[in-house]
Order: sequence, then structure tokens, then C-alpha cells
Amino acid sequence: MANVISLDSILGVGELKAPAEAPPAAASGCASSSCGSSDGPADMAPEVWEKVKNHPCYSEEAHHYFARMHVAVAPACNIQCNYCNRKYDCSNESRPGVVSEKLTPDQALRKILAVAQEIPQLSVIGIAGPGDSLAAGGRNTFKTFEMLQKKAPDLKLCLSTNGLALPDHVDTIANYNIDHVTITINMVDPEIGQHIYPWIFHDHRRWTGLDAAKILHERQMLGLEMLTSRGILVKVNSVMIPGINDEHLMDVNKAVKSRGAFLHNIMPLISDPAHGTHFGLTGQRGPTAQELKALQDQCEGGAKLMRHCRQCRADAVGLLGEDRGSEFTIDRIEAMGEVEYDQEAARTYREHVEGERAGRHAAKAAAQAEVVETVGIEVQPILIAVATKGGERINEHFGHAKEFQIYEVGPKGAKFVGHRRVDQYCEGGSGDADALGSVLSAINDCTAVFVAKIGGCPSQNLKDAGIEPVDRFAFEYIEESALTYFKDYAERLSQGAVNAREGQDAVIRTGAFTARRA
Amino acid sequence: MAYKIKASDCTACGACEAECPNNAISFKKGAYAINADLCTECKGQFSSPQCASVCPADCCVPA
Repeated sequence: MANVISLDSILGVGELKAPAEAPPAAASGCASSSCGSSDGPADMAPEVWEKVKNHPCYSEEAHHYFARMHVAVAPACNIQCNYCNRKYDCSNESRPGVVSEKLTPDQALRKILAVAQEIPQLSVIGIAGPGDSLAAGGRNTFKTFEMLQKKAPDLKLCLSTNGLALPDHVDTIANYNIDHVTITINMVDPEIGQHIYPWIFHDHRRWTGLDAAKILHERQMLGLEMLTSRGILVKVNSVMIPGINDEHLMDVNKAVKSRGAFLHNIMPLISDPAHGTHFGLTGQRGPTAQELKALQDQCEGGAKLMRHCRQCRADAVGLLGEDRGSEFTIDRIEAMGEVEYDQEAARTYREHVEGERAGRHAAKAAAQAEVVETVGIEVQPILIAVATKGGERINEHFGHAKEFQIYEVGPKGAKFVGHRRVDQYCEGGSGDADALGSVLSAINDCTAVFVAKIGGCPSQNLKDAGIEPVDRFAFEYIEESALTYFKDYAERLSQGAVNAREGQDAVIRTGAFTARRA
Repeated sequence: MAYKIKASDCTACGACEAECPNNAISFKKGAYAINADLCTECKGQFSSPQCASVCPADCCVPA
């Protein structure tokens, strides 16, 4: 008899208030198109919902509950991007294309089975490089998936590619039941593309300049159309490069939507001279948090946007926003010997989430309806930073947060709009003033920060910076708490007790993924 | 005539091995290496040596 796994014990929230009382009946009168912050079963065809509901990258809601794992079996690439230098490898770094250990398909399989034993939230196995999953004939990628499908058929398979070789492999992708494919598309105009891609390798030769960008563009569009016509879900990733493709990404959004892309993920450029990338060395900057958000907001109404991407490493393991990859080194996997795949824990966990889900949808709708009724529509939405370690709850201590999730809450409801990586403020029991500075600049556009707990000193610093620290919703659900807070905020605003916090921007932290430990 | 791989610059990605029409490339001691006896520089096969054209580190060069 398997143990029933409590969601909260898995997520480590510790002593927990009674979770959501009996969920209120689904609210009526929620007519706004923004109803429901994360798309749920009501927003898509049932067969699509089945595919995405447990996929942390394809469903914002799922990313609070489910973990993904990338296996780094595909080091070869067939194009050069100006934001990539795959020579660079640093375990403090978290960005695509970077990986510490390259695996053979056999090693990858062992690692997946080992991780599945320890992380029941694991639902997705992706191959994202560190090069291109379909370069070099995609041999390692398909070999890995072939073996995995036999051993662990319930894990979802997922790959990402630059699209150049994609049209050659669509049939194989369909045959292996890979129903999630990510294509990185940074332009639909070769004139712009030539400033992003110095060269590609295609049809046995190296192409440069406009020719390279034109071929890549045509292959990307063809591959996208071939996938969507087969019912394979496609996510399009775009790197936002200020001054090069920032405004153009609205055209990209339209182009990929018209070809059936399921999601569009606009990510900030990661650029640092230390990375040795072309853009890093030429001083090309990445966008600020508000520039990114403004572009994402402008694209609303087109292809659906993904805003919870963490730009994971090609060997990332765990919930988005955490990386447990370093716990599963080749040496450790080898030492574990033969691992049998036991689905029991994962199945129990999935049933648990399924049960929780229904109540969550109803509770969110009810909380939202209440705000719609009580708060005037003229009140401007605000941003709230949330310290969480998953489960859609405010369950992280301010000082332990490695990132804050950002929610926008207004008269129309609460929705997740992004996340901000920070240096951990509290290490070894004492606060770090430098780290606090990084937190303040990362959430400077927020009105409040929700935490499970916070010390007196950082609390005062936040207040001084005009950001209200809020711990009264400790261990509660994020969205309902945000709506409750907003009701109160609107009240205080009308009484003149608080001022609206407008015109602030924040810094996107693209550096080290805090690996420092006390 | 043959090409060689500058081992110190090789990222061990294996892109060259997959493209070589002569199976002249294999993985040895942390980097890929070209067997000069098998290398044709792709003459008569392709317009340019495939390893050099695909290498992201530009480390496949005439020996």
C-alpha cells in the first residue's frame, strides 16, 4: 500500500493552516475575458487540456505543481546565435544552452528513472540541447525518447529546437508521441534575422547574412505548420533583444498565432561580457522588467503568452524556479545501480493535484467576483511580489526566496505576470545588505510583497522603499490573497491612506542562479 | 591532405562527427579527432569540408 502523499508535505510548507474551506460555488457574473488568470479547462479543447494540464511549461497553473527535467544529450548545434556561447559553463549560471555534464542516451535514461523516484512531481522530460535537439540528425534525442517511452510511458516528452532541421523530423516526432515542441523564433523578417544569426549550417554548407536568416525563417515557418497540422502543441520562444527585435516580436506573435502556435514565450535577452557571447561582448543590453512586461501586454490578444519561463539550463531538474540538477550527477546515478520505475508515488501525487484543482478554480472565480462587485473599475491594477515554493501558496520566508513570483491584480482579477530572480537575502541566519539591494531593485515596481514570514529589519527597508511587506496571508493561496489585499488597498486608496505606486521599473536579474549556500 | 581538430578549442559537441562523410572523426580523450588517413577534406563530395563548416568553435583546420 503506497503512502498517500500530501501535497503540502511534498512542497515542504510545514505547519499549514487549513487549506481552502469548502470551495464556494462557482461564481456567476464573471463575464470578463480575463476571467481566470491561468487558462484552465474552460479555455481550451478537452484533448488540449489533457496534454497541458500537468506540463509546467505549457500551463501556468501546472508550473506551481509539476516538475520538469531536461536531459543534456544533444550538444551539437547547426546554427550560431549572437546570444549564445556554448563553451561557457558555470554551475552558478542558469540559462539555456549551458550544461555541466553531457549525457549519453543510456546515462540519460538512468538519470530520468533516478529522478522520477525522488521527485514524484516529475511529469515532463525535455531535450533542450545544450545544442539543438535535432542537429546531428537528432540521433541522441530520438534514441533517448525511444528507450524512455518503453520504460516510463506516463512521462510526457518534449523537445526544443531552433527549427532549422525541424521539417526533416516531424514524422519521427509524431511517431514517438512527442506532443510538445518548442521552436525558438526570434524574427519573421530575414533583414532582422541577419543581426541575430551570423551563420547556419544547412544542406551541407555554411550560410551567412541574409541568406542564412532567410533559410532559417522559411524552415521555422514550415516546421511550425507541419507540427500544428498534426495536432502537436507548439510553444514559440522568442528572445527579446532591445533595439533589434523588440517591436518586431509583435509581428512574430501574429505570424506564429496564424500558424497555430499554442503559446508564445517572450524571454529577456541574457547578456553579459563574461559569457563571451557576441551580444555580451558588444554591450547589447537586455530589457528591463517593465519593457518586457509592456511588450508582453501589447501581444495580449494574439498568440497566448507564457510568462512563467525561467530560461532553464539544458540539464535543469525540478519545479520551475528551482534546479536540483546538481543532486543528480553522473557519478551519483552510476552509484545508484539499476533503478526500477515505480509509478505509484507519481500517480498518487497527480490524483492529489487533480482533486485540489477543481476546488481551486471555483475559489478563484468566487474571490474574483467579489472584487469585481466591490472595487470600482477605475482603480489601476498593482503588482505584488510573492515568496512561494509552489502549490500556489504564499509559503516561503522572505529571506529564503530565490525568486519572487509577480502577480498583477486589479478590478478584473489577479493573474501571474512573471517572476524575478534575486539573491537570497538570508544566508546562515543573517541578512545580507547587498542581497537586499538586489531584491529591492528586482521588485521595485511592486506595491507589496507577500511572504510567509519576514524579519523586522528587511521589513523596515521595504517600507522605506515604498513596498509594503505583507505576512498576514502566510500559507494562504496566492490569488485569493492578492484579491483580498486589492480590495483593502482600493479602500485605503479612496481614503487617501496610501498612494498609487506608478512609473517604477525593475531590473531583470539574469546572472547567477543563487547557488551560494550557508 | 587532411583536416585536424584543435583539441584545446574543441567543445566536444560532436557536430563534426555527425557530418563527416568519411567516418573519419571519433571521440578521443575529451575531444574529437580526425583520422588523417580517412579525411578527404570532402573534395569531390561537398563544396566545403563539412567539419569546418558546422563547427561552432571554428577549430577544424587544415593539418
